[in-house]
Amino acid sequence: MLVSYKWLGSYVDVSDVTPEELAEKITRTGIEVEGIEQKGATMKNIVVGHVLTCIDHPNSDHLHLCQVDIGEGEPVQIICGAPNVAAGQKVIVAKPGARIGGNVKIKKGKIRGEISNGMICSLQELGIEGKVVPKEYADGIYVLPEDAKVGSDALALLNMDDSVLELSLTPNRADCMSMIGVAYETAAILGKKVKLPKITLAPSGEKASDYISVKVDTPEDAPLYTAKVIKNVKIGPSPLWLQTKLMAAGIRPHNNVVDVTNFILLEYGQPLHAFDYNRLGSKEILVRRAKVGEKIITLDDAERTLTSEHLVITNGQEPVALAGVMGGANSEVTNDTSTILLESAYFDSHVIRKASKDHGLRSEASSRYEKGIDPLRVREASERACALIAEIAGGEVLDGMVVHETLNIEPVTVTIERAKVNQFLGTNLSVETVANILARLQFPYKQDGDAFVVDIPSRRWDITIKEDLYEEIARLYGYDNIPKTLPDGAQTAGGLTPYQKKRRIVREILEGAGLNQAVTYSLTSEEKFAHFTLEKSAPIKLAMPMSEEHAILRLSLLPHLLDAVAYNKARKNDHVALFETGAVFISQGENIQPKEREHLAGVMTGLYVNHPWQGEKRVVDFYVVKGILEALFEKLQVHSRIRYEKANIDGMHPGQTATILLNDETIGFVGKIHPNMEKQYDVKNVFAFELDLEQLLNTETAPLAYEAIPRFPSISRDIALIVDKEKSAGELEQIITEAGGKLLKEVKVFDVYQGDKVEAGKKSVAFTLTYLDPERTLTDDEVTKVHEKVLAALHEKAGAELRK
Amino acid sequence: MKERLQELRQEALKKISQATDLKQLNDVRVAYLGKKGPITEVLRGMGSLSAEERPVIGALANEVREEISTQLEAKKAELEEEAIQKKLAEESIDVTLPGRPVNHGSHHPLTKVIQEIEDLFIGLGYSIAEGPEVETDYYNFEALNLPKDHPARDMQDSFYITEEILLRTQTSPVQARTMEKFKGKGPIKIICPGKVYRRDNDDATHSHQFMQIEGLVVDENIRMSDLVGTLEIFAKKIFGEEREIRLRPSFFPFTEPSVEMDITCKICSGEGCPVCKGTGWIEILGAGMVHPNVLRMSGFDPEKYTGFAFGMGPERIAMLKYGVDDIRNFYINDVRFLKQFFAADIPVSTESSTNAVFEQSGILGSE
Ligand SMILES: [Zn+2]
Repeated sequence: MLVSYKWLGSYVDVSDVTPEELAEKITRTGIEVEGIEQKGATMKNIVVGHVLTCIDHPNSDHLHLCQVDIGEGEPVQIICGAPNVAAGQKVIVAKPGARIGGNVKIKKGKIRGEISNGMICSLQELGIEGKVVPKEYADGIYVLPEDAKVGSDALALLNMDDSVLELSLTPNRADCMSMIGVAYETAAILGKKVKLPKITLAPSGEKASDYISVKVDTPEDAPLYTAKVIKNVKIGPSPLWLQTKLMAAGIRPHNNVVDVTNFILLEYGQPLHAFDYNRLGSKEILVRRAKVGEKIITLDDAERTLTSEHLVITNGQEPVALAGVMGGANSEVTNDTSTILLESAYFDSHVIRKASKDHGLRSEASSRYEKGIDPLRVREASERACALIAEIAGGEVLDGMVVHETLNIEPVTVTIERAKVNQFLGTNLSVETVANILARLQFPYKQDGDAFVVDIPSRRWDITIKEDLYEEIARLYGYDNIPKTLPDGAQTAGGLTPYQKKRRIVREILEGAGLNQAVTYSLTSEEKFAHFTLEKSAPIKLAMPMSEEHAILRLSLLPHLLDAVAYNKARKNDHVALFETGAVFISQGENIQPKEREHLAGVMTGLYVNHPWQGEKRVVDFYVVKGILEALFEKLQVHSRIRYEKANIDGMHPGQTATILLNDETIGFVGKIHPNMEKQYDVKNVFAFELDLEQLLNTETAPLAYEAIPRFPSISRDIALIVDKEKSAGELEQIITEAGGKLLKEVKVFDVYQGDKVEAGKKSVAFTLTYLDPERTLTDDEVTKVHEKVLAALHEKAGAELRK
Repeated sequence: MKERLQELRQEALKKISQATDLKQLNDVRVAYLGKKGPITEVLRGMGSLSAEERPVIGALANEVREEISTQLEAKKAELEEEAIQKKLAEESIDVTLPGRPVNHGSHHPLTKVIQEIEDLFIGLGYSIAEGPEVETDYYNFEALNLPKDHPARDMQDSFYITEEILLRTQTSPVQARTMEKFKGKGPIKIICPGKVYRRDNDDATHSHQFMQIEGLVVDENIRMSDLVGTLEIFAKKIFGEEREIRLRPSFFPFTEPSVEMDITCKICSGEGCPVCKGTGWIEILGAGMVHPNVLRMSGFDPEKYTGFAFGMGPERIAMLKYGVDDIRNFYINDVRFLKQFFAADIPVSTESSTNAVFEQSGILGSE
């Protein structure tokens, strides 16, 4: 909402505050003032001129030589290129030394051999937006009224010395979509009274009801519809005061009648529509839902196809307006119009919203209906408009108003008690303070001791419950005057859940291992959606995605982590280690919330150890990543229940990938990205893992307990085994652990060899076995007995031979 | 014999002083103090001495032995020290060469901000509540006093999957879900962090996915002044003790009254600069008293219970705190960006206990 400071002054006395002070006060009490603009502030030396003569420039086919009286004795010569300049016009003249819009300086100069002492200006040249300039002057200079005083300040005449406040209205404050609404708000803030316009209508002797009848088919859509008729109007341009007010508010002037309806829209917040009565084609108005497929050509010359969800104003047969949104071209007011039918109505916000949305038409009228108007101003606004039309466009306002009304306005009464106000706000307001605030708001109330019974004016339909009034009191009392306390009720312990604690630990372990936490987008493309999935799911697609890249909810974190690797690689960041925790989404069927699982994923590429001057460099490989996961599992106390199995996973290298099992259930995988996939993502040698974090963190673990340091020595035996190449160390280790029984404390691989020193198709794997009895010193014989058992089991179950 | 002992003393001391290593020194010891050494020999020959001479010579022999022994020890210490010095000199290194790097990654800056806020409020007795990112229309809007045709739904254009299912546009549905879980009985004190989604084109200041962190307190007798006090602690702890706050009325469908909070601009200390658009203030969060409809819909009696809620954007806070000027940085994951957040972020403050903040803000001991 654009609010002219001068115009506001005609409803409430603002003479003792500057526009800036007023803006600050309005912002601090409730409505954000986003900006203050004083268009004329940077302009000067712009006056009213009188074009005495206007002839074609001898050396140009489009320039004119004008002799212009600017009130300084001799007329001056000004060259003007505007097609509409003519002798006799009163125009805007920027004198040499003037500053116009855009901080442009005007100098005396010569154009094609002829002197020009300044410039005749268009409104655009004064910084007014082209879209609000009256159409007839849109491509030329602006012509001032004949009575403009030659030599006087044109900026003042155009009201450009005014300040315009830009109010950013929240949806609850639709009351301030009108000058009078803003006046009430300003009056409450400043403690002033509101002056409302006085309306006097001369009697006509003819009755409007003889000209028109009003019927409403669906009263819930239009609880109040009124019509007035004005005869013998003369359509023409509006007076300057009206045009400048509209332009300052961002509305283009059209003609005197339409301009008045827009003026009232701004003044009262009440949308009005003027029909050409004679073009209506009947003496009847019927408000009804549109028929499916019914068509109307609106004022913007667009043909609109309607549905039964749209409300139309008809002449009994044909639609003549899309109710509350835009009029129809067939009944538009033109220069020949002489009789006006003026509509002022209260439409339901939903039906207007639907039409404005479906047709992409957001008009000044529709946005007010959508947010809600004051039903009690419908009649008054119409009468005020009639009075103004009569004053400006001549004409005779017929007696009476033709009304269809089913509106039943329940008066809203809210009762508050001072003690409860104070309890709610944490304040200590006196009865007088509360009473004073209500008076400033101009809310009538009855007081009974501590209690206030407040009648809420219909203009403030946003107030319905006592909390709404608490807010009014708090904001006018001043939010900054509210004391600062802390809740003093029952104490709560607070803190993180075990899951949340563990998730923080996961992050810290991975960061300690050199991985940076990444955050990527949850929405992905159809193609990437299918990559690296732990669990299958139907795609969960957005109904209206903004791009193909972000159209489907992800099922794996890896695709976007790989994108991040590619992004880094393209910028020569070759050593990348990233991890992410975040949700993936598994469809449970249409119209059901998907299952969300928190996943943990990581990607690593490039050097893991990079310490060149001491000769240490290590490229990331499978075991680097696995080692990090092992540390993580140990920290989480699940390492003894974790297993790795070589596996084929879509998108992963079949020879370098393992599934990770916890308690024999798959919780994720670790491995190298498949070369085909690397090509697709434009990355190289990337190792990755992805785990179901919830499965990992929700498994039960024993509380951490100290285990006594052994008091007796342990005995270690090294063995080197020759086995088939395909036998995994994990299998061998499992056989050893099972056969070793209680005395076997630890098994560790210390060497793996494959090459010409062993038979083809075989390999050597060497283990250190450590035996220990915490209760006593083991004898060599005892160890040998167990050890033999281990060797026998290895031979039997894995065909392992001791390497000689 | 006396002369012989004096001679031995001279000889031995000379050899000790000439020794250049520990082995030579040991040879001297064996040669003069050993069982077959000359001093022992002298003592053995004492039998031929008179009763008067014997003690005199005995004493002298011991004195000589003592002195040689003392000198040997001194020389030994000297040689050892020399050896150590030599070894140390050989072992000297260039201490300006870089150390072996220890791998370290860092929290994402948004996690840094969120955890800092979480930890602050955990200290005030809050728990952390989380909820689904794909929500029902009911929890995302209706339970928050935003019925289907509410004009404020325009304020946040949403990603719908079906008519009833959408990506949450705010973390507030977690508040509604938590209140339901408490079945009408307070106190509730929670912080809800998480990802949210809105139909925005990604540019320097907009992102279709971003974070939110909200707080909710519901109990008997929660006052608006409790909200103001809580917000001030938050502002001073997260942005610095020197910051001032101001509240402006605002509108959110789920709170009544509603407020927006500004803090004084750090860049210009309130004087006005381009960052704060000349106002001296920077908008940080929205808050308010929980709307009675929201309480009622979630099973709380608004006549008995009141509450406050606040919410803010970690991106915005991170941008202000760290001077990040493009929101897309948070989602591109350029390692040159991420690595900068390894450094700890603990503001310099002489008074760092929460109690100190309470005292400074006049909250403790105010009643
Ligand atoms: Zn600033």
